[in-house]
Amino acid sequence: MSEMRASSNRQLLSPRRRMQVASVFLALICCIHVWPLLWMVSASFKPNAEIFAGGGLIPSAPTFDNYRRAWTEAHMSQYFLNTLFVTVLSTLIVVLTTSTMGYAISRRHFPGRGLLVGLLVFTLFVPQGYTIIPVFELLGALGLSQSLWGLVLATSGGSFVVFVMLFAGYFSQIPKELEEAARMDGVGFSRTFLFVMLPLARPIVVTVVVLQVLHAWNDFLLPLVVTLANPALRTLSVGVYAFKGENYIDWGGMTAAATMSILPIVVLFLFLQRYFIDGLAGAVKG
Amino acid sequence: MTAPVSPRPTRRRLGARLWAARMEYLFMLPGLILFGLLIGYPMVASDWFSLLDWSGFDAKSAFIGLGNYRELWNDPYFWGAFRRSFFFMLGTVPMQMGLSLVLAIVLNNRLMKWAAVFRTAIFLPVVAPVAVTGIVLTLMLSPFNGPVNGLLMSLGVIRAPLDFLGSPDLAMPTLIVVFVWKWIGTTMVYWLAALQTVPDELYEAARLEGVKGWQMTLFVILPIILPFAIVIALVSAISALNVFPLIQSMTGGGPFYATEVMEVYIFRNAFASTAGSLPRLGYASAAGVFFGLAIMVLTLLQIASVRWMRRSTRDV
Repeated sequence: MSEMRASSNRQLLSPRRRMQVASVFLALICCIHVWPLLWMVSASFKPNAEIFAGGGLIPSAPTFDNYRRAWTEAHMSQYFLNTLFVTVLSTLIVVLTTSTMGYAISRRHFPGRGLLVGLLVFTLFVPQGYTIIPVFELLGALGLSQSLWGLVLATSGGSFVVFVMLFAGYFSQIPKELEEAARMDGVGFSRTFLFVMLPLARPIVVTVVVLQVLHAWNDFLLPLVVTLANPALRTLSVGVYAFKGENYIDWGGMTAAATMSILPIVVLFLFLQRYFIDGLAGAVKG
Repeated sequence: MTAPVSPRPTRRRLGARLWAARMEYLFMLPGLILFGLLIGYPMVASDWFSLLDWSGFDAKSAFIGLGNYRELWNDPYFWGAFRRSFFFMLGTVPMQMGLSLVLAIVLNNRLMKWAAVFRTAIFLPVVAPVAVTGIVLTLMLSPFNGPVNGLLMSLGVIRAPLDFLGSPDLAMPTLIVVFVWKWIGTTMVYWLAALQTVPDELYEAARLEGVKGWQMTLFVILPIILPFAIVIALVSAISALNVFPLIQSMTGGGPFYATEVMEVYIFRNAFASTAGSLPRLGYASAAGVFFGLAIMVLTLLQIASVRWMRRSTRDV
């Protein structure tokens, strides 16, 4: 049956023509994928009455009023800075901690190495629902539940194990001669890592940076829990969520707030697309 | 240092070996601290918390043994959420993997023009924050002035607006479709990476043998990318079980618990108890431990099947 259809297809349509048909379907799928983003940006420039009336994507009289409301009255300016702070600092922490650990477990021998690798693999797929209560309790015990630093620390744990694995996998492929040469020249252990090994691992550093930025910018459960009693510490995601709870009728303000949180990461993706996609693909191959 | 240190000391005493590796430990210290604080400690602490009757971080807790687990076992809301989590996974993973495989095969074809543009557009929702996307989609799917209903009505598909997220029958299927829409770009990129491991010579050889079209896909490409399929299925399954942001932002588990999955259930019990009742941290921990163990069993099963697949392909 399928063979028959395949052969009749081949007679009716040349491979090139078949790809053109496929393109039409793909274009349709792409429209579905891009539509919500376009609709959001479009609505963010319309007064509420115009959004509710439906109509085309081009606003009849574009207004920045929604943005002004979201930025000041809904405190999105504060949430934007919070998100930026958490994203940048947690990314720095993650790159430092996972690259050193990945290097040590892939290239050095020390007692307990097997145990450590075993523990890492064992915890690879622990769901957030398992750890969220102790993490929150821990932040309280450390006196960090009232500050952005607590959020920075907790956000660094998100994909910790995956990143360690990525670094370990990459370092284990680098020829040993490089380290030998550095040792002969009298270069110490940590300087070898910093000036020889880490620069070699630049592709993985970029991957980890991209994935952690994505994680920190998009995280929801953790910042939601941490900021339940502390609205001033909200991130963009939590801010937009709270906006819906408080002003569910203000679609203009909501879409403006949503645009502020989605657009920066989308623009970053469009510029660094290769790293995003290679990063994800690398994570599944490794 | 007088004698040259052998790279792998095996017979020396543990203390000496630990001391010899002091630089390594120092080097890993920041990572070890982070791992211990954010992953190690919480995993152990959750197990302990699950044995407590504990209502709020400021409240005193009391040890009650397996009382929480006993209560969970008889809690229909817990089993409902547990069942829904896996139902959601079974609803999304096959659809997401199948559709994205078709997309990847088409995009991988050399004759496809604009492949890069299509790939970018399909991947775009992946990078948008989930919870924010969820909020935007709630507006779009609204039965009152929502553009999705508007479009479907003007196309003549439906006559009256559908309450996608407000009706107990429609909410779950809607969330499943939204989830696949949101994450299909990731799976597609995984498949594309897998397809790129198929060597060009193989296509050529198969073509010379007269293999064409769908036969090529079925008998030449699929066997090679099958080992990847299990890894992709594992990653997709795990992500389908961690859907808190999407569901909390779109339905909050409603209507009438119709979309309450495990993480929403845990969140509700631990942090967002309904007015009047106290948060139940011990009870929520028990649910988290139970769910975590279930995921671990699932993971081990899938890793075992990867091993098995690799061994059987090596024998061929």
